[in-house]
Amino acid sequence: MSNLNFTIPAKAKMFTYILMAVGLISIIAAFLTDAPHEPDAHYHQNRAWANIFVNSFFFMSIALAAAFFLGLQYAAEAGWATTVKRITEAVAWYLPYGLSFMLLLFILGQAGVHHIYSWMTPGIADVASPNYDAVVAGKIGYFGWFWWVRTLLYMVGWLYFTNKLRKNSIAADAVSDDTHHWKNVKLSAWFMVLFAVTSSTSAWDWLMSIDVHWFSTLYGWYMFAGMWVSAIITIIMLVVWLKKLGYMEFVTESTIHDLGKWMFAISFLWTYLYFSQFMLIWYSDIPEEVIYYKARWDHYKPLMWTVLLVNFAFPMILLMSRDSKRNFWFLTIVGTIIFVGHWLDVIMMVMPGTVGHHWNGLSWMEFGTFLGFLGLFINVLLRNLASRPLMVKNHPYLDESVHHTT
Amino acid sequence: MATKQVIHGIYDDEVPLLEGCKKLRDAGIRIKEVFSPFPIHGIDPIIGVPRTRIAITAFLYGLTGCSLATWMMWYMMVSDWPTDIGGKPSFEYYMAMPAFIPITFESTVFCAAHGMALTYLLRCWLVPGAKAKNPDPRTTDDKFMIYLELNDEQATAAEGILRTTGASEVNHKGIITEKEH
Repeated sequence: MSNLNFTIPAKAKMFTYILMAVGLISIIAAFLTDAPHEPDAHYHQNRAWANIFVNSFFFMSIALAAAFFLGLQYAAEAGWATTVKRITEAVAWYLPYGLSFMLLLFILGQAGVHHIYSWMTPGIADVASPNYDAVVAGKIGYFGWFWWVRTLLYMVGWLYFTNKLRKNSIAADAVSDDTHHWKNVKLSAWFMVLFAVTSSTSAWDWLMSIDVHWFSTLYGWYMFAGMWVSAIITIIMLVVWLKKLGYMEFVTESTIHDLGKWMFAISFLWTYLYFSQFMLIWYSDIPEEVIYYKARWDHYKPLMWTVLLVNFAFPMILLMSRDSKRNFWFLTIVGTIIFVGHWLDVIMMVMPGTVGHHWNGLSWMEFGTFLGFLGLFINVLLRNLASRPLMVKNHPYLDESVHHTT
Repeated sequence: MATKQVIHGIYDDEVPLLEGCKKLRDAGIRIKEVFSPFPIHGIDPIIGVPRTRIAITAFLYGLTGCSLATWMMWYMMVSDWPTDIGGKPSFEYYMAMPAFIPITFESTVFCAAHGMALTYLLRCWLVPGAKAKNPDPRTTDDKFMIYLELNDEQATAAEGILRTTGASEVNHKGIITEKEH
């Protein structure tokens, strides 16, 4: 048997620290330089905060989608991905970090430190207040304490299931029967139910409520497709990298091909949902709905087109053939570009509602913050990978997965 | 005129069958056909089936569907009788493009899927009333078969390989004559 104990290469570790340093400097510099170009009472270093928000959410969502993907394999009793299970778990266990960032941002928002959520402004539902907003006042019952209850429920629920799945998976290595596996199957079924509801509602609560006047029921699925494809790309890249380092030769070309198929398929799911949301709003042309795209069309047009082209046309043309999904280098390069594409997608969800017309295109602030969070993300992933053997033991579908061919 | 023996190598499982196929090919023996109750993943390169061209036909059918839908909508909605629907501009095709995308998509998928299925059925001649080509009906249930047509010398070698790789039966099904090329 090959070497299952991953040790983090010193260079890789160094690389993540450099990325984190770059990120930290960018964030500090962003706070020092980010000032509105004109007096605007609603602009309080929004761009610097929004950048932290975008990246906190983006990487948290990847971990969440990895946890979902893990649960999906259990619930469907699918065997093909068993060889990459430990990688999926390592990605999923970034969740505590990601959720901590989110919680911190929410608390700071409630304390009035940043102004990402306009509905957190004091007096927004009070007619006598100068901050009064009639539309928000109409739906304030859904925000306020109820929003906090939901937020904490998502966090506790997701962490509970992810942690349980992980604990059972570790425990399964030590015993020779598969009782822990079947426990996980049951857990996963419940997790899927929780996730089906909370993936949508959390996207409404955390992202859609930035544009608080606007609403779209499709938004949650659209968000979900984006995070899912990013998670698959993360898994593919880790597998390819580990294979290159000489680990995980038990992962067959067919398994990676299948992950590539997921990447291809979910890119289409994303496009389908993106377009469904856009077309219905474009067609009906109702002002309260169109406002979302109007803000993007007026100030973010190049980015809007880039997101669509990179996340739709790009995978469609480049990942269609079987050979391209079996060429690891090709898969990595295309994956990297789509990964950035979905990060830009989150920027497109957050920035128009926070930075608004002060936006003047992507800058070092965006990329710097991204690199910082990326460094932390990779660092956590590598430590998760190193903490446990790269291959599960006593998994009932292990043999099937090792001999997986398509 | 050369004569060839027809041999049916029957297996109970697809894994030993794959092993048998590999050994036969290594010995330079041509596998005429394999019959199985279900598709066996990864068998094509092992038994020397050339790469399928169905993907190319799918692309062409898809392109046809896409073009047909675009032409149809352009002709109906823009060229022949410009129609005002929901105030969307109908002067040029691109102006109301988002409204045309679902139909373009559906037509592309429809043509690609049906074209591909029909091509497959015709190419395999799976038409109504077609005669079953399966030489042993048990391969539609729980048996797996390697079908060989070989000269005497190869037949002996092949039988050995089939036996050693775990074939449950090796049936000789007579001799056929074949024209020299």
